[in-house]
Amino acid sequence: MLKDITLGQYFPGNSVIHRLDPRTKLILLVVYMVALFVASGWVSYGVMLLFLLTVIKISTIPGKAIVRGMKPLVMILIFTGVLNLFFTKEGTVLVDFWIITITTGGLERALFMMARILMLITGTFLLTYTTSPISLTDGLESLMGPLKAVKVPVHELSMMMCIALRFIPTLIEETDKIMSAQKARGADFESGKLIERAKALIPILVPLFISAFRRADELATAMECRCYQGGEGRTKMKQLHYTRIDFAAFGVVTLVVAAIVVLKRFGL
Amino acid sequence: MESILEVKNLTYIYSAGTPFEHKALDDVSFHLHRGEFVGIIGHTGSGKSTLMQQLNGLLKPTSGTVLLDGKDIWSDKALTRQARFRVGLVFQYPEYQLFEETVFKDIAFGPKNMGLSPEEIDRRVREAAGFVGLTEEQLEVSPFDLSGGQKRRVAIAGVIAMEPEVLILDEPTAGLDPVGRSEILGNIEAYRKAKNATIMMVSHSMEDVARLTERLLVMNGSRLAMDAPPAEVFTHAEELVAMGLNIPQVTQVFLALKKRGLDVKNVYTIDQAVAELNRLRGGASHA
Repeated sequence: MLKDITLGQYFPGNSVIHRLDPRTKLILLVVYMVALFVASGWVSYGVMLLFLLTVIKISTIPGKAIVRGMKPLVMILIFTGVLNLFFTKEGTVLVDFWIITITTGGLERALFMMARILMLITGTFLLTYTTSPISLTDGLESLMGPLKAVKVPVHELSMMMCIALRFIPTLIEETDKIMSAQKARGADFESGKLIERAKALIPILVPLFISAFRRADELATAMECRCYQGGEGRTKMKQLHYTRIDFAAFGVVTLVVAAIVVLKRFGL
Repeated sequence: MESILEVKNLTYIYSAGTPFEHKALDDVSFHLHRGEFVGIIGHTGSGKSTLMQQLNGLLKPTSGTVLLDGKDIWSDKALTRQARFRVGLVFQYPEYQLFEETVFKDIAFGPKNMGLSPEEIDRRVREAAGFVGLTEEQLEVSPFDLSGGQKRRVAIAGVIAMEPEVLILDEPTAGLDPVGRSEILGNIEAYRKAKNATIMMVSHSMEDVARLTERLLVMNGSRLAMDAPPAEVFTHAEELVAMGLNIPQVTQVFLALKKRGLDVKNVYTIDQAVAELNRLRGGASHA
């Protein structure tokens, strides 16, 4: 069922990670990603993994949910692994068969790249799992604030993102409903050839688009009725504030990054 | 009466194993008989809509069985598919599922999926359109050019055209004006009479269920709280109110009259109220 899509879904909770300022989480995610690319040895990756697992533990997000979110990415992982495995020619040859040559260097590189992708994605998931879409866009708007000086419509962009994020679950629910209604009339989405399956989507897509346009129209009217006129002079009900836990988080991440840089010096 | 659909100890849990886990149905059992008009009432979130989707195999029960003519609809793939056609399901606001270029094609979607011959499809579409009061000319226009009430009729016809033996409707009259409401309810009743079909209708209008149904299923907190004729259900006024439901207005009036010492019976439709008032007046003139 569509409802099982967990990619980017918010898991309500009250852990320290949930309570961090969204800006802190965004900045630290970027720092974490850079650190992942800086790290080049297995020891560094061990440190990063330890850090990641600790954050997952603190966030109280069930491990199952994270694993489930990975499912759509299995293909990318396999692809990366296979590419690196076959096209890296370093170290001693392990297998040499027909056109396939697997070297120790290739094996190490494949595992390394897969670990990197997995950790990158898990980190991103942690952000969206622990941050509600609204506070996420709030954080983005605030971080992009300086760009207003160069005429970037920051508020409009974040409002668009906010609306888009807000309507993903609604549209998924709507799709589910339409699918059920068409299935009740005997529509079959699961069997048949590719073309037949594509054709079977028409009874879903037409009503879905119509309802999306209707919703957009209604939302625009409702916003206008409440005098929405863009970001000019608009105040926020929830002001963002950095607190002690944010400074603590910055501290911890700085330590991790320092450790990675030192380890890199020693080639670990 | 002959039983057609039987639900045994049905339990359904949404999103099992996530923080959103929710038990929508809890050990529900009942029978539906051929030709019967059954109403389902219940507060929002009491499990009515989930229950409906179990009956034609759209949702698979977490535990328990749904038997159609005594056969478990999940025991074999062909039976599940058959259940889709034999048990017709009209969702809430069904007009949002229309997608074809013409009304005719949209109504024909179900029969086409059944693999019927073009002649049979043609016959069924026209008959279904007749049941809901659509004209020949309307069959050739785009469903999106019709009014809200007419779109609803097209959507209902789309299910009726499959000629289901059990027709389940989720608030078929929601958001319609009084004339539209009574017309659609009349259409449904006409279909039941013509095909000896079983009708199961979710409704928030106590007046409608009191007038139309022979039996009422009352859902409360994922459980089946009552299964009895309306007359009996409405005697439990206080329990119904505690479940966030109500009793027909005319029943309320008569209960108030009784409280004031008037010797009246419990009524739950306008017709009964008129008869009862006439009886009282007659009785008074004789005295």
